[in-house]
Amino acid sequence: MLTGAGVGRGAGIGPVVRVSPAPVAPTDERAPADREATAARATAAFDDVAAALRAQADGAEGAAVAVLQATAQMAQDRALRTKVLARIADGEPPVAALDAVVKTFVDMFTAAGGMLLERVTDLRSVRDRVAAHLLGVPVPGVPQLTGPAVVVAEDLAPADTAALDLRHVVAIVTEQGGTTSHTAIIAGQRSIPCVVRVTGALDLEPGTVVAVDAASGTVEVDPGPEVAEAFAERARLAAQLAEDTSAGATADGVPVGLLANIGTVADAERAAGTAVEGVGLFRTEVLFLERTTAPTREEQAAVYAEVLRSLGGRKVVVRTLDAGADKPLAFATQPDEENPALGVRGYRLVRTAPELLETQLAALADAQRETGIEPWVMAPMISTPDEARDFATSARAHGLTTVGVMVEVPAAALRAEAILAEVDFVSMGTNDLAQYVMASDRLRGELSDLISMWQPAVLDLVAATARAGQQAGKPAGVCGESAGDPVMAVVLVGLGVTSLSMSSGSVPAVRFAVSRHTQEQARAVAAAALGARSATDARAAAVAALAPEVAALLGA
Amino acid sequence: MPARTVAVASRSGLHARPASLFTQAAADSGLDVTIAHGEGEPVDAASILLVMSLGVPHGDEVTLAAEGEDADRILDELVTLLATDLDEEH
Repeated sequence: MLTGAGVGRGAGIGPVVRVSPAPVAPTDERAPADREATAARATAAFDDVAAALRAQADGAEGAAVAVLQATAQMAQDRALRTKVLARIADGEPPVAALDAVVKTFVDMFTAAGGMLLERVTDLRSVRDRVAAHLLGVPVPGVPQLTGPAVVVAEDLAPADTAALDLRHVVAIVTEQGGTTSHTAIIAGQRSIPCVVRVTGALDLEPGTVVAVDAASGTVEVDPGPEVAEAFAERARLAAQLAEDTSAGATADGVPVGLLANIGTVADAERAAGTAVEGVGLFRTEVLFLERTTAPTREEQAAVYAEVLRSLGGRKVVVRTLDAGADKPLAFATQPDEENPALGVRGYRLVRTAPELLETQLAALADAQRETGIEPWVMAPMISTPDEARDFATSARAHGLTTVGVMVEVPAAALRAEAILAEVDFVSMGTNDLAQYVMASDRLRGELSDLISMWQPAVLDLVAATARAGQQAGKPAGVCGESAGDPVMAVVLVGLGVTSLSMSSGSVPAVRFAVSRHTQEQARAVAAAALGARSATDARAAAVAALAPEVAALLGA
Repeated sequence: MPARTVAVASRSGLHARPASLFTQAAADSGLDVTIAHGEGEPVDAASILLVMSLGVPHGDEVTLAAEGEDADRILDELVTLLATDLDEEH
C-alpha cells in the first residue's frame, strides 16, 4: 500500500500506464561531424516541436489553450535557440548542448521561485520533446490510451495533461507535485481521482492493477474484489446524489440556500462549477496570512473582483478579516496576549488597527463598482449590538448595501434580536460558537467531546438566533463545517436556519437530506435533538427521527 | 538609443500571459528590442524565457530600448502594452 496526498474524494481501479520517461542524452553522444548540418537539425527540431504544440493548442479547449500556446512560444524562444546553436557551433553534441542551456534557465526560474517555478515543468517538457526529436525516439509523454488506465508519472506537464484522453483515465498518481499543482487542479476539475506525492509510484510496473483512493490518499496494489465493490457503491451513491442540481429546499418547498465556503479565487472557480446558490463564506484572511505587510487596496480589490466575476452574479458573502487567535498576522496580532481566543481578534482589530478594515471595505466597494455585482459583507466576532451598528455604518458608508455579522459569541446569540435590528442578516460560525459556549479550546483534541456542535447548549443558541431571524424576517444562516453534515443540516433547517454554507463537495448529500423532509418533519428532528441531555444522545435522537430513506442512504 | 521606462500594470507581473503577449509583440516588431528590470542588465525582449526570468512583479519599472527605423513608434506601442493590465481580458 502506497500513500500520498489525495485530491478530492474519488476512487478508481485500473492497470498502471506509465508516462514515457524523458529521453536522456546518450553518454556516447558524439560531437557533430558536420556542425552546420547538426545546427540545421536542431533548428528543425525546435520548429517542429513549436508547430506541433501550436497545432495541439488549436485543438484544445479552455485553460489548456493558453498553456499550450505559451509552451509553443518557449519552443520557439530566440534566446534558447541562439544559445543551443552557439554551443553546437563550438562542437558540442546537440542534446548535451540543449540540456546545458535548459539547465541555465531552470536554475534561473528556480532561483526566482514563485510563479516562475511553475513554468519549469513547461520548459522541461519543451526540452524533452526537442531531445526526442533530435534522438529520433517517440515523443515522450502519455501513450495513446485504448482502455481504462491509471496514469502514473513523476509529474504531468500541462502539455501532457492536454494530450491525455481523459475519458480513459481512471485515476492519476504522481510521485511529485502537490495538491495545488497543475495536475491536481485538472484532476479536480475533471473529477478524476488523484493522489500526488506518492513515494514509490514510479516503481509500479506497467499493467499492475492498482486501486487509487483520493479520499484516503492511498494506492493499493492488486486490490481484492471487496475494494472494487466498496468503490462502486461509493461512486453509485455520489453520482445519484450529484445528479440532483435543483435549488435547495425542503420536501414542501421551503427554500434553503446551499452555499460554498471558499478562501481563494481558485476555490471560487471550483464552486462556480457546482450546483450551489453561491458562496456563503469567503474567508478573506487567506489573502493576509503568511505576509509581513497587509495587502494593498488595489491587490485586494483585484482578488475580490475576480471572485465576484467567477460566481457570475450568484450570491457571495464576504467575511472581513478574521485574524488573531489561531490565525495570527505579523502586522496586526497583539503580542503577549494571555488569552488570544478571548483577545483582539476578528472585528475587534478595529480597536487597534482600524485601517485594516477601512482598506478592506474600500477594496470591496472598488470590486463592486468594477464588476457591477454587489457582495454581501459580514464581520466576524461581534459581541454587542453597538459593534454590529458600527460595522454596518462603516460598510454602508463605503456603498456596500447588504451588511451582516457573524454570530459566534454567545452574547450575540442571546441578544440576536437587538443585533438583527442593526444589520440585514446574520451567519452563525458554529465552530467558534461551540468553543465559546462550551468554554473549550477548539484546538484541544482531549476536549473534542465538549466542543461538539451536538451539545444541546450550542443547539439552544442556534435555535435562539434562528428564531430572532424569523421574527425580524431576515436571513439567519450557518457557515461552519457542521452545515456539511447531512444530519445536522436537517436539524438546522428544523431550527429555522435559512441557508447552509459548507465545502462544495458536501452539498449533494445535504441537498438530498434536506429535500426528503418537510419543514414540519425537520422541526421534529430538531426537537428530538434539543430534547436530549448530551451531545451523543442529541445526534442519536436526530438520526432516529430522520426520514428512513435518508438514514439508510447516509448509513447513519 | 531611444528608450522608455514604464511600470508593469498586469496584476500578476510580467509572467505567463502578459509575458507571452509582450514577447510576441516584441518579436513581431522586427527590431532588436531590449528590456531591463530596474538597474539590471538589459535582455532580449523577444525571448519569453529571458523576460520571465527577470521576474518583474506588478508595479515595478522596466526600461525598453531599441535602435532602428520606427524605433520610437514601436517602443511607444510596447509601452502601451505594458501599461495595460494584460491579466484583464479573458
